[in-house]
Amino acid sequence: MTKEQRLKKRYSAEKRFKAYGIISVCAALLFVGILVFKVFSEGSGAFVKTAIQLELDLSKEKLNLPEKPTKEDFENIDFYDFAQQHILKIYPAITTKEKKELLTLFSSDFEYEVKDFILSNQNLIGQKVFFKITAASDLDQMHKGNYTRDIPEERRKVSNFQLTIYDFLLKENKISKIFNNYLFSNGDSRNPEIAGIGGAMLGSFFSIIVCLIISFPIALLAAVYLEEFAPKNAFTDFIEININNLAAVPSIVFGLLGLGILLNVFELPRSTSLVGGITLALMTLPRIIIPCRASLKAVPPSIREGALAVGASKVQSVMHHVVPLAMPGTLSGTIIGLAQALGETAPLLLIGMVAFVVQVPGTPMDPSSSLPVQVYLWSESAERGFVEKTSATIMMLLGFLIAMNSIAVYARQKFEKKWI
Amino acid sequence: MDLIMDNKIKIKSNNLNVFYGQKQALFDINLEINQNEVTALIGPSGCGKSTFIRCINRMNDVIDICRMEGQIQIDDKNIYDPGVDVVQLREKVGMVFQKPNPFPKSIYENVSYGPKIHGIGESKDDLDQIVENSLKRAALWNEVKDRLEEPGTSLSGGQQQRLCIARAISVNPEIILMDEPCSALDPIATAKIEELIDELKKTFTIVIVTHSMAQAVRVSQKTGFFHMGKIIEVGTTEQIFKNPTNNMTQDYITGRFG
Repeated sequence: MTKEQRLKKRYSAEKRFKAYGIISVCAALLFVGILVFKVFSEGSGAFVKTAIQLELDLSKEKLNLPEKPTKEDFENIDFYDFAQQHILKIYPAITTKEKKELLTLFSSDFEYEVKDFILSNQNLIGQKVFFKITAASDLDQMHKGNYTRDIPEERRKVSNFQLTIYDFLLKENKISKIFNNYLFSNGDSRNPEIAGIGGAMLGSFFSIIVCLIISFPIALLAAVYLEEFAPKNAFTDFIEININNLAAVPSIVFGLLGLGILLNVFELPRSTSLVGGITLALMTLPRIIIPCRASLKAVPPSIREGALAVGASKVQSVMHHVVPLAMPGTLSGTIIGLAQALGETAPLLLIGMVAFVVQVPGTPMDPSSSLPVQVYLWSESAERGFVEKTSATIMMLLGFLIAMNSIAVYARQKFEKKWI
Repeated sequence: MDLIMDNKIKIKSNNLNVFYGQKQALFDINLEINQNEVTALIGPSGCGKSTFIRCINRMNDVIDICRMEGQIQIDDKNIYDPGVDVVQLREKVGMVFQKPNPFPKSIYENVSYGPKIHGIGESKDDLDQIVENSLKRAALWNEVKDRLEEPGTSLSGGQQQRLCIARAISVNPEIILMDEPCSALDPIATAKIEELIDELKKTFTIVIVTHSMAQAVRVSQKTGFFHMGKIIEVGTTEQIFKNPTNNMTQDYITGRFG
């Protein structure tokens, strides 16, 4: 082979290698794009809900109120009956079946929506007002275009009669899409239209806070001790190997640990974010210790020597100089560890955070769900209304993860100091 | 010359042997360092000069595998006695390193850190005074007095090294150890530091490790030549560079090896 041929071969090999690189980057981007597109196209619908406009006659006769109503009188109003009367007026329904079909176009919570509205707007008594009531999930899906109407009635979720009502409401302009506040305020529910991730978000929040409070100080102190003070001997080597191995242990094993120790031995309350947080903390500990040690190691020894040379003790040199300088690394390591914990599902399943919890938790001691577990729960539901909710939950989860990782990157760049 | 010989002995090492694990770095070092003098330690790389001066403020304690035998006496007291507190020793024996290593904090904090942890300078005014004095003695005050809040790392290399000297003298030490303080600096910055060393020896006892023969001649009164962990020759700087008694010294200072 001549020199020129060899050169040519080398150039083409370099070109080929670059092309492989570009192809793999494009493939990776394509997959991410497909995932994001699928999640967004499915989930974006969940942020709005379909509502039906009702005209409410808030006269005292209709509400069965005396001339000067007391608080008790308001409590005693039969809101179900009141709301039902108004709903039935929206379209002529004669038979019981038709009446039932008309009523099931509305969310099962319509009674409480009307009640909340009247109790918080007592000044409107005596007037006629327009009020939007959440539609049932099937009508919601119909309106969002997720159901086809070209199939026979018995295979449809919405009956022919209901379709006529829907078309009528559409023509009268009484049907509209509004922001779905239930998605963020409500807990889980069997009815997709009133199910929300408020409970799951709070559960996740409490778990992460518990996890942070437990894991960050322990991990930082362990890392500082191992990196700065521990003698180098067989025992500390053994600890180091174990920490590295623990970081690679499948998370479900930590779930078993939580189940066996926290629930069965210490008898902590099941399904709570407290136990979830402790379990996640156990899992996160080694994953925080490792980056903390790395960032402590990255502080140049000349800084330690400088401090020691002016007469600082070992502890002073570490606390005044090394730890503050390692802070950007330890903080970002901690946040990324917490982000992993936020997305963790398996250990939470084992300690019972997979329960069906309607109540939004008020404290870490209340039973609750968490975002990834909520995804798992809803993805198993057959109803079409939960499909978009699943994707919406994934969007929220991804949103939180991206936010946390951005904070980690920001913290690292903001507080990073250059030493030389 | 006679005056120098009459000087009080400040540091004295007796049969000092230092080991890094199995490897012996220093062999039976006996050396006397006079008060208010500059003593230069010369020798090829890896000959043990730095190891020796790091023994004087017990900086080698930090290294796990480092072990030593023999004594180093400062003012006739063995600093390796069990009763000696390392922190107090290092307050008395300051050190300036090869590469400038200011803390990534403000210039003010760099200098005030030592006095603060030792409780010298109770009030803010006292500290301000100490910082000003130290920076003045390190010949840096005029250059930085208007920007004490800027990070020490924003200074030039020579200024950083003078900042490190200011940091070392801020706690009123008696001895200053300098481990090749000019090896990372340009000739102009080096000249400034050498001038400074000349000034500082009035108050402090200075031990300087250097690779530059010219620097040893310029700044020191006494010179020790190290080779392979042993002291080959010690004497006044004039004698070492003009009439070395040992052939090896002769070869080294004339540049035939090293």
